[in-house]
Amino acid sequence: MSGPDRRLGSWRLGPVDQIPVGEGRAFAVGDEQVAVFRPRGGGLQALQAICPHRGGPLADGLIDQVQVVCPLHNHAFRLVDGQCTTGEWTVAAYQVAVEDGEVVVRLAR
Amino acid sequence: MRKLVVVGNGMAGARAVEEILTRGGGEMFRITMFGDEPHGNYNRILLSELLAGGPNPGTGPDGELLNEDLFLNPRQWYRDNGITLHAGVRVVRVDRFARRVYADDGSITRYDKLVLATGSRSFFPPMEGLWLDNKTLTPGVFGFRTLHDTMAMGRYARGKQRAAVIGGGLLGLEAARGLQAHGLAAHVVHAADGLMNQQLDAQGGRVLRRSLERLGITVHTGTRTTAIRRATEGAVIGVTFTDGSTLDVDMVVVTAGIRPNIGLAMVSGLETQRGIVVDDQLRSVDDDDIYAVGECVQHRGEVYGLVAPLWEQATVLADHITGADPTAAYHGSRLATKLKVAGVDVAAMGLKEPERPDDEFVQFSEPSRGVYQTVIIRDGMLVGATLLGDVSKAASLTQAFDRRVPLPEERIRLLFDLGAPASQVGAAELDDEAQVCNCNGVSKGELVACVRDGQRTVGGVMGATRAGKGCGSCKGLVAEIVEAALGGDLETDPAEAYYVPCIPMDKAALMAEIRHRGLRSPSAVFAALAQDGAEHAGSKMALTSLLRMMWGEQYIDERDSRFINDRVHANIQRDGTFSVVPQIAGGVTTPAQLRRIADVAERYNIPMVKLTGGQRIDLLGVRKEDLPGVWADLDMPSGHAYGKSFRTVKTCVGSDFCRFGLGDSTQLGIDIEQRYKGLESPAKMKLAVSGCPRNCAESYVKDVGIVAVEGGRWEIYVGGAAGATVRKGDLLATVDSRDEAVTLTGRFMQYYRENAKWLQRCYDFVPRIGLAELRAIVVEDRDGIAGQLDEAMQHSVDSYRDPWQEHRQPATEGQFRDALPLVELPKVPVR
Ligand code: SRM
Ligand SMILES: Cc1cc2nc3c(=O)[nH]c(=O)nc-3n(C[C@H](O)[C@H](O)[C@H](O)COP(=O)(O)OP(=O)(O)OC[C@H]3O[C@@H](n4cnc5c(N)ncnc54)[C@H](O)[C@@H]3O)c2cc1C
Ligand code: SF4
Ligand code: FES
Repeated sequence: MSGPDRRLGSWRLGPVDQIPVGEGRAFAVGDEQVAVFRPRGGGLQALQAICPHRGGPLADGLIDQVQVVCPLHNHAFRLVDGQCTTGEWTVAAYQVAVEDGEVVVRLAR
Repeated sequence: MRKLVVVGNGMAGARAVEEILTRGGGEMFRITMFGDEPHGNYNRILLSELLAGGPNPGTGPDGELLNEDLFLNPRQWYRDNGITLHAGVRVVRVDRFARRVYADDGSITRYDKLVLATGSRSFFPPMEGLWLDNKTLTPGVFGFRTLHDTMAMGRYARGKQRAAVIGGGLLGLEAARGLQAHGLAAHVVHAADGLMNQQLDAQGGRVLRRSLERLGITVHTGTRTTAIRRATEGAVIGVTFTDGSTLDVDMVVVTAGIRPNIGLAMVSGLETQRGIVVDDQLRSVDDDDIYAVGECVQHRGEVYGLVAPLWEQATVLADHITGADPTAAYHGSRLATKLKVAGVDVAAMGLKEPERPDDEFVQFSEPSRGVYQTVIIRDGMLVGATLLGDVSKAASLTQAFDRRVPLPEERIRLLFDLGAPASQVGAAELDDEAQVCNCNGVSKGELVACVRDGQRTVGGVMGATRAGKGCGSCKGLVAEIVEAALGGDLETDPAEAYYVPCIPMDKAALMAEIRHRGLRSPSAVFAALAQDGAEHAGSKMALTSLLRMMWGEQYIDERDSRFINDRVHANIQRDGTFSVVPQIAGGVTTPAQLRRIADVAERYNIPMVKLTGGQRIDLLGVRKEDLPGVWADLDMPSGHAYGKSFRTVKTCVGSDFCRFGLGDSTQLGIDIEQRYKGLESPAKMKLAVSGCPRNCAESYVKDVGIVAVEGGRWEIYVGGAAGATVRKGDLLATVDSRDEAVTLTGRFMQYYRENAKWLQRCYDFVPRIGLAELRAIVVEDRDGIAGQLDEAMQHSVDSYRDPWQEHRQPATEGQFRDALPLVELPKVPVR
């Protein structure tokens, strides 16, 4: 990615340990707000941090292996693709991985 | 495969497709649907309820979704049935000779059969200042037809004071009531003399008017709005009436009728008058391959504006187009509707006024109760009825109207059960054809058939038939019919008894299994007992509560299984901030505490400091990051206003100060709160202690309420409520000393903690178990478990830790980091 394109590219967000197992944390990544989740079953998942229903903080939601439940009004979103299973929304899903113990999110849309 | 194209993805279009699918249409046709609205098909009827949901439409006080039934066909339904959906795409022309439809996204789609279900749109009568330009309404002016209209109205209403609703029919009254819920003063302006003059005669209109005025809605009848007044920047500031008088308002909703969408049919060369003219098979009179259904249709001169007739049309259309019944024919609908309009029940069928000199007319009016009822009888048959405010007779009248059954000699019996105990028409008296759910067109016969096909629960039947899922006014009748059909065989859905959805066990079985296997953490329980061993987000909160109750300090804490409130010990607010309520036991505070609270509020710029209904002080709008600092500086224990737990004990001033006080209610309240503070429970526990039966602390309506009576004795009431439900508590026992009161309160609460379902408040739990049974167990110790209950409670009390001490050492990494970008989050460089 060339220079200061603030939207695309890979972003290192620091050590994976800042996200407790089974929880999520929000990060400002470029111009996006991204919630990164660390399901107990392993791996990382990243979604847009703001609930499309009424702006709830998805990183504060309860998760399991497949979904996050927004803490405000219980709409649920699939972690793999951001598809809402309780209403007509989708949230952006991002590629995320651990490299050298660090969380790396890729913005590409 | 032949191609079926449906233009219009609303209630009629989608219903017609459902009917086609149930007749095997999925194998006959490749189906494509176009809809101008950017969603799947939703239940337009529920828009009123959505608007009336207030500033946060669609959700209840604790965040539960009220509108989960809004979407009748979510996108997944189209995918599952192999239907290509073009949502948000308008069809602009049909070429009947080439059999193609042209859409505004440039696409061209071929069809073999075409269904037009374009519905209608709001009608905007000419008024000066209504339009900004050809297409744009003046800002602040709305129609009331689509989900978009509803959401836009809700957003615009924020902070506004007054609204004018132009048109006092069904939609107008619903809009007025909805805007009221948003805090606006609502003015309904109606050109005719009587409200809802489509359904009601003049006197009925007047009775309705009184009912609405009692609800705080202002009604102007017999006047027209001639102009919308705008501010220089363009937005609405008022309206002008025919007589030149004016009214200042911040928004205007126009509900002056609807007009069928016939433009597409017109440009495509199909016969249109008021609607698209169709024959008895719902085909255009000009083209056998083009059907039309819904509000856009004109059949034998009639255009319908309610859903019930559309369901009948959809069945005939489906029978015919699939060949399931080539002789199917639609003969028009007899309109019998039962509605809830702005909270007032209305049922109307047939004539609203007598037409011939020898029509019999029975009229009953009781304006003070908002009740008005009429029946019209011709040649011994019921030809019209109107019920306003009391619709208990609607089912039997509808039946008499539809089936032309003989009427009682004494006509007044149509409206009243004279001399007999008042009763609604029994489910048993209805014939199979009687329509029970008008919103979704479900008859008694269909409900009974559904039971015969194996559904054994009320919920199951409602899910399978959609009965009761529209305005909801028929739910009671549906339940009665299902219960009768099961003849005592009613099963409750086994899943209803599960403590959490993902583990098929009731609470007792689950607790036994947990104890037997020594499972001390949520993940251990999921792994051992859940289907596939998979964890389930929706079950975590309930499981955590149960395990903490069972194991006390031996519980293995997994922070991720807690709801956010319990992770940060504060209540999440709509903008992602939190509220902080320190413990003020018994509602008694000190000047020093107040000073500290005031300092904290200033230091952290806390936007609102409020006295709560629970006799304490709420600091609202605290940023997550500030929570540890706020707790440290307050140096007060948590009040647990965020959890499903023991909350507060309200007290009154009692014997120390009050001239009537019989017992020291203040101290007893403080002691009880100190002892049981914060204990997790299936739902909130709110208590009160009053110093005498004047009951100033509202003890009769608390989960547990204690009242001092003559002779140093205390009455203990359980299962009271004054929230969403109002119930006077039942007297569990009268005890001789305050220590006994403390112990018995604890024992009852422990029994509740161990036996109530998740989220079941005491007001449901106590009647479920029954007072006599509770007394036998908790007071008389019939089962010999009182000692165990007391011990378990003592264990919980001993293992209590004030969660606000976590300000010293966060429990997890980033526990108090904001999850919304209220503040700048750590920015990281691009690689
Ligand atoms: C702050 C307070 C209103 C106030 O400004 O006075 C309040 C605020 C809330 N109430 Fe309440 N209730 C408050 C007293 C009450 C009372 C009166 C009382 O406790 O004496 C009732 C009626 C009694 C009762 O509990 O039934 C009450 C009945 C409810 C209900 C209906 C419960 C029910 O089953 O009937 C809910 C919704 C629920 O629990 O599902 C609710 C839910 C809520 C929630 C927690 C909604 C939520 O989940 O966010 C509100 C939190 C606002 C916030 O962010 O802090 N609140 N609420 C009161 C806090 C009292 C306290 O000091 O703890
Ligand atoms: C607020 C409100 C409350 C109501 N309450 C009740 C009630 O309590 N009881 C009752 O019986 N009825 C009620 N109704 C009426 C009921 O909702 C309607 O009768 C019903 O929705 C009509 O269904 P329909 O499919 O004919 O039209 P619609 O539901 O309007 O569907 C028409 C569809 O066609 C689409 N469309 C139109 N033109 C085109 C085009 N050219 N290309 C592509 N798509 C197109 C539209 O986008 C829309 O999706 C209420 C209506 C409203 C607005
Ligand atoms: S505080 Fe209680 S009554 Fe007020 S809005 Fe919230 S839940 Fe409703
Ligand atoms: S804000 Fe997320 S569900 Fe309402």
